[in-house]
Amino acid sequence: MKGKPMTKDAIAARHPRSPEALLSLLHDLQKANPENFLMPDDLALAASHAGLPLAAVRDAVTFYSMFSLRPRGRHIIRLCESPNCHLAGAWSALDELRGSLGVDVGETTSDGAFTLELTSCLGACGVAPVMMVDDEIVGNLNPERVRNTLARYREGR
Amino acid sequence: MTRIQVLLCSGTACQSSGSDKVKRALLEALGLHGLLEEVQIIETGCMGPCELGPVLLVYPEGTFYVRVRPEDAAEIVEEHFLKGRPVQRLLWTEGAPRPREIPFFARQVKLVLSNCGTIDPEKIDEYIAARGYEALGKAATGMTPGEVVAEVKRSGLRGRGGAGFPTGTKWELVRAGAGDPKYVICNADEGDPGAFMDRAILEGDPHSILEGMAIAAYAVGANHGYVYVRAEYPLAIQRLQTALAQARKLGFLGPGIFESDFSFDVEIRIGAGAFVCGEETALISSIEGRRGEPRPRPPYPATSGLWGKPTLINNVETYANVRHILLHGAEAFAAVGTEKSKGTKVFALAGKVQNTGLVEVPMGITLRELVFDIGGGVPAGREFKAVQIGGPSGGCLPASLLDVPVDYDSLSQHGAIMGSGGVIILDDAACMVNMARFFLEFTADESCGKCVPCRVGTQMMLRILDRIVAGDGSEDDLTRLTEIGVMMKKASLCGLGQTAANPVLSTLRYFPEEYRAHIRDHSCPAGVCPNLVRYEVLAEACRGCDACRRACPTGAAQGKAGNLPYRIVDELCIRCGACFDACPFDAVRKEPR
Repeated sequence: MKGKPMTKDAIAARHPRSPEALLSLLHDLQKANPENFLMPDDLALAASHAGLPLAAVRDAVTFYSMFSLRPRGRHIIRLCESPNCHLAGAWSALDELRGSLGVDVGETTSDGAFTLELTSCLGACGVAPVMMVDDEIVGNLNPERVRNTLARYREGR
Repeated sequence: MTRIQVLLCSGTACQSSGSDKVKRALLEALGLHGLLEEVQIIETGCMGPCELGPVLLVYPEGTFYVRVRPEDAAEIVEEHFLKGRPVQRLLWTEGAPRPREIPFFARQVKLVLSNCGTIDPEKIDEYIAARGYEALGKAATGMTPGEVVAEVKRSGLRGRGGAGFPTGTKWELVRAGAGDPKYVICNADEGDPGAFMDRAILEGDPHSILEGMAIAAYAVGANHGYVYVRAEYPLAIQRLQTALAQARKLGFLGPGIFESDFSFDVEIRIGAGAFVCGEETALISSIEGRRGEPRPRPPYPATSGLWGKPTLINNVETYANVRHILLHGAEAFAAVGTEKSKGTKVFALAGKVQNTGLVEVPMGITLRELVFDIGGGVPAGREFKAVQIGGPSGGCLPASLLDVPVDYDSLSQHGAIMGSGGVIILDDAACMVNMARFFLEFTADESCGKCVPCRVGTQMMLRILDRIVAGDGSEDDLTRLTEIGVMMKKASLCGLGQTAANPVLSTLRYFPEEYRAHIRDHSCPAGVCPNLVRYEVLAEACRGCDACRRACPTGAAQGKAGNLPYRIVDELCIRCGACFDACPFDAVRKEPR
């Protein structure tokens, strides 16, 4: 999806003009933004496309944790903070992430590469502790694996 | 000609452990020996023991290899495929190559998971070869909708999402519901911490869900369906999309299915990170493009659901059961299980147990069989303490209840719930108060805030628990916790609030002495709660490296090389744990205060 930039109208055109398309449309608009967030005109576009008042779109966007109204990094790191990952030592992975990235949870690195977030269970408990980088699940985390994964993403995979 | 088939698990967990690299290495080694024509590699869904991944199964004889690294590929090809000698060091237990010889597999009954790990989920032909879409054909061409409902009712199938409502009765209600059109929804918003059975089915056997939904749609009179999947499951979404396209192409979905006048199609809807959307009315709001907040029931979705129309909503595992009922008959299905809980249930074993992963067992198996026979028990050196079953809405059951049968009614009678099937095993190193607090923190965070009992109740309980784990609790707090918990159970709008207190109430019921120790003695018996532990230096392990003294911010860690051991002065200690983390020899110990 990220290969060829599409205009926002072209993205909208792939969704039916109905309220039920709202979440999918917002996902696509956010993904198309290199800074991984929804801009005011995205919300306006989504509202007019889905036939909803702008307030209703804002209402929905602020409810779901995956949507952001502020710029984020090119890659979103979501570290699982559920019991299984907790028991398996997610906190040492978090320390490594904080240290390597130089940011705290909810912040973006100064080069705009990564945003660090926490998430509830990713359903990959067999390889806990786990994090998700964009759409990739990275499990069996230890400080070394965290560092290698970050390096891989910094080099553009 | 194919002589050997290699089933390579490519579920999320095994992918994350590097199954694709193993595949490339195997292909390379096969190419080197000119075996590409003779050995076929098939990527399958989850086989269960995720912790041991990447795993693979070699047929015809059925050798199960675990923790396979790309470096092992050459040896597997040369030793096993060429010379016929299985690589012993890659077996789970040496000398027991076949799954049925391994206790983890031997006690399982795979119905819902029968295709997971045995077929390629991206090839519809393989699903069809496993009698896929036969049940749909049987329903659409040889049964009336009423007969299908009756068959599901007779099977005794109950909802696998947690509440255990009789599936057939739900179908009957939707079928009788006034309004047109009707909708069928699959709840694939699996979110309970520690539960990943739905993900495994979505990734490993997506067609079984589509077939179950189509049969349900035929039975209730719907032509349109939705699968609501959480965005955290990209592989599941992708496999589902592939399956949808294939099913449409072959006419299992779309207009005139099996040349009948029944039409049905499915769309995928993707969540956006809200746990409460697993609640059915919240999920419906979310599909409608709104905040995923629940609303009071009744009216139930069966009478007024999506867009106010009669809507059938079942979860992934429930739909995956449906085809088996029609294929083998309600009686055969009901022959497995207990009087009121029929069939099998998939559980996700995690925590302090030897074998973690996904298992499918007959309803009515005891917790002891689940934890010890299949799970292999608690790792050596530790003792079993409790099993947390049912996720954040579930409860903790102690060792004295290990012989309770695992079925809907027995579990809820003892203060736990079946839930979606997450099972976390706790050993004696776990603090039950801390555990309860952990789950409550989760529900407090995920509470959508619409109704007061849940929004305020979870916060109040969390505040009290914070006090207790900090050593500032009082006896009155225990009564207050129970009062708030019972109030939330009765007054909350949806299942999230109604069950949020369960972890606290069940630990209060079975481990009251641990709460008392925190309150009365300011001591955490398991040595977990940071404020309630004492740090001590184990004399025989201390080597005088000075790491603890340098790490300590308050000068509590004291000592000198040459005058061992170091010691930690309790009066100066602020219990930050820096010395514990710093010690390279594990000489700093946490002890109950």
